[in-house]
Amino acid sequence: MLTMIAKRMAMAIPSLIGVVVVTFFLTRALPGDPAAYFAGPAATPAAIEQVRVKLGLDRPLVEQFGRYVIDLAHGNLGDSLTTGQPVLTELRTRLPASAELTLLGLLVSILIAVPLGIVAATRPNSLIDHACRVVSTAGVSLPVFFTGLILVYVFYYLLGWAPAPLGRLDVFYDTPPQVTGFYLIDSLLARQPEVFVASLKQLILPALTLGIFSLAPIARMTRAAMLAVLSSDFVRAARASGLSPFTVIVSYAFRNAMLPVITTLGMVFSFLLGANVLVEKVFAWPGIGSYAVEALLASDFAPVQGFVLTMAVMYVALNLLIDVLYGLIDPRVRLEA
Amino acid sequence: MTAVPALSVEGLSVEFRTRSGTVRALDNVSFAVGKGETIALVGESGSGKSVTAYAVMGILDRAGKVTAGRAMLGGLDLLAATPRQLAEVRGRELAMIFQNPRTALNPIRPVGRQIADVLVRHGNVPRREAPERAIEMLRAVGITDPARRAKAYPFEMSGGMCQRVMIAIALAAKPSLLIADEPTTGLDVTTQAVIMDLVAELAEKLGMATIFITHDLALAGQRSSRIVVMHAGHVVENAPTRELFAHPRHPYTAELIAATPDAAASLDELASVPGALPDLRRADLPPCRYSERCPRKIDACAQPLPQATGSGHIIACWNPLPLRVIDRPTESAA
Amino acid sequence: MTDIAATPRPDGGLAALVRHARYVIGENPVTGFAFALFVLIVLAAVLGPHIVPYDPLASDTAQALKPPNAHHWFGTDQLGRDVFSRVIVATRLDFFIAVASVALVFVVGGFAGVAAGFFGDWTDRIVGRVADTIMAFPLFVLAMGIVAALGNTVQNIVLATAIVNFPLYARIARAEANIRREAGFVEAARLSGNSDWRILAFQILPNVFPILVVQMSLTMGYAILNAAGLSFIGLGVRPPTPEWGIMVAEGATFMVSGEWWNAFFPGMALMVAVFCFNLLGDGLRDMVDPRRRT
Repeated sequence: MLTMIAKRMAMAIPSLIGVVVVTFFLTRALPGDPAAYFAGPAATPAAIEQVRVKLGLDRPLVEQFGRYVIDLAHGNLGDSLTTGQPVLTELRTRLPASAELTLLGLLVSILIAVPLGIVAATRPNSLIDHACRVVSTAGVSLPVFFTGLILVYVFYYLLGWAPAPLGRLDVFYDTPPQVTGFYLIDSLLARQPEVFVASLKQLILPALTLGIFSLAPIARMTRAAMLAVLSSDFVRAARASGLSPFTVIVSYAFRNAMLPVITTLGMVFSFLLGANVLVEKVFAWPGIGSYAVEALLASDFAPVQGFVLTMAVMYVALNLLIDVLYGLIDPRVRLEA
Repeated sequence: MTAVPALSVEGLSVEFRTRSGTVRALDNVSFAVGKGETIALVGESGSGKSVTAYAVMGILDRAGKVTAGRAMLGGLDLLAATPRQLAEVRGRELAMIFQNPRTALNPIRPVGRQIADVLVRHGNVPRREAPERAIEMLRAVGITDPARRAKAYPFEMSGGMCQRVMIAIALAAKPSLLIADEPTTGLDVTTQAVIMDLVAELAEKLGMATIFITHDLALAGQRSSRIVVMHAGHVVENAPTRELFAHPRHPYTAELIAATPDAAASLDELASVPGALPDLRRADLPPCRYSERCPRKIDACAQPLPQATGSGHIIACWNPLPLRVIDRPTESAA
Repeated sequence: MTDIAATPRPDGGLAALVRHARYVIGENPVTGFAFALFVLIVLAAVLGPHIVPYDPLASDTAQALKPPNAHHWFGTDQLGRDVFSRVIVATRLDFFIAVASVALVFVVGGFAGVAAGFFGDWTDRIVGRVADTIMAFPLFVLAMGIVAALGNTVQNIVLATAIVNFPLYARIARAEANIRREAGFVEAARLSGNSDWRILAFQILPNVFPILVVQMSLTMGYAILNAAGLSFIGLGVRPPTPEWGIMVAEGATFMVSGEWWNAFFPGMALMVAVFCFNLLGDGLRDMVDPRRRT
């Protein structure tokens, strides 16, 4: 088991190297003068020169890369022009907001898509099966920001059920004391049920938006995987042994069908990380996505670089986690000599 | 003998919906297995032997439908049973082992747990004791070091071991009838013999009836007391083993025997059964599905076959071979 | 004798293709519907600017934020511009982005993939590394990074979309080329003196095309969503150019306060277009390989 994890981690290293190299070049590939970008639109030529020297942009490329890597190793992602804060600090503060949202969205998605896929597979050509197919095709076509806006329009403007899309918590409430950065968890830990409810209310619409967005691939894959597994030999043999339908479908069929679904989750995460940025804009969510977007609009480049890097690293880490999870479930992967 | 048979299949007909038409896989199949008796269902690939088994077990493909017939197990008609009734009976009274043991086992579940699942479900074994009993079952089917093997996964075991595990699962709840679908295909010859011995031994110990499904007539001859010969979804002959080999009456049976390596004196005499299976999607299938390749075909063969009755030697043929001892294939003109 | 390739050459001719197409469309009316919709979109893209009632850039503040009515079927936006005209005219830009991205990724990704599959060895390794590196990023984030680095232009959006889709095309093309490497007609071409590159370009790539065509249809949908998403966060096309994503972005603030038409119609247009391309892709998949029907 441990060897498998170690092997997977080793395989992730080239990806990380690639990520670092690409983000390096992205910032040096700026048309015009990179120093001018980092100095900001309001900088004087003297200031630009200062920035150039400070960031080592006048040195040979190889040396620049070396400095870049060393900086990264020390956690130095540069400073934000607009706030003057180190990018790393801001990213760290804002990450829980994005994480809470994305994880909740994924949870919503799984809770709807997986049962939908299972039922659709066990009752082919039924109403649910067709509904599943429609959901899958439509879900893939909806732009995520559009879904968000429609939800806001219907549930906030028309029905008044949801609160205004103004961030994580209504100004009326104080943020709960920081433990994990997840408001839902922190408010419960601090025994502040009103804060819990309030943050949940703010979370519903954006999480739902993300959930709807990732419904389609998960439902589609669950259905396909279940269909394939349900017609396999061992499921037939399990039925012949008279095991209860629940055991057959869940312990035998679904556990095997889960495997391709889990690998799909990796792809879904890639989409979610991108969709996150859009959803944060719609709902004014103070996460790292909106951080990057604001920085972009202000031509503040260091945060954007830090954002891309962080997202990529998170993605690599996530894929690693998924690989490990896969290995936990599938002994064939775990025990290959 | 008027004892109630363990399983009595009467007039079973099965159809499959496919893209290219409806396949009439089984037509009016009838046979019975006595308590504790071992019979064999024999026929070439595509004759419908496995379909019969699947229909009886209620695990037909989604495209398959039972269009007629009954399968009486005790007092219960398996084909008309509710899913709940079936779930009670399957595994407990009626069990099945499959052709490819590796794929018939759950690949990501330790074999001990798979046995335990059945024990808990049917064997009235409390969950706590099930792992122990599973290990005992593994020992009973001849797996060495059963305690360690119980934690193993199917991919870590050989084909023969997987087959033993399947037997353990099938026999865990001590059923009264076992259907063995080509249990030795894919195993080497030595393992084949061992597995067959194991099944026979356990069957005797449990007083269990067995239906062997095989294309190997010689194997059927060695292991069963009665042979049911199938061709293209029909039962063509049904007789006690010795009787069948001594006096095969149906032309197809005779051809099958001639095609069996044991029966031929030399390689030169080894004949193949002439012709091929008819396309079962045809709307114009003749009543006797062998007639188009039968060397003994007569005009009467266009009539619906005589109803198979009795428990002795059943023949579904208008022009069966005369009752004499033969040891060569028929010589009539094709 | 010569070994006939396991995979047959598509030499049934155009007539056979059309016949097959008619069969599939007849069998599955949804594909026919998608086809019709596709034609409609192309028409809107080509004829759009000439047939719309209003100038998409003409603002008329007196008419600002009027809900849909007889004069303005989709209402007007905050600058009094006719939303209907803007939505129709935007078809051209979004469609162009989709087509350009797909064409680019097909040529570059397809070629790299067949080269990797055909030559193997270092070519394969390099293409593989590049693809792996791209796939290490969440795709939209990478597109953001590329457009942010290179600048907000349509060309860069097209480039970013193509880069982001490169691994998928390279992988499919590579697999197909691998299969065909030993094929009979390739051997024949080689024996008659064709250089490897000519074989790649004229024998293998055209054969890979049908498989990729399915993916291309789906990528067109993705490309539009990508461009719209980038525009939504300000990284794409700049106002006042009519483009669906930007229009939704501009209309977003008004949606919250009840003026829904601003963002709704361009959003619907987005959805319809992407839906059409997805359905088309599914239909094409059935046409090309009925075994892969989902």
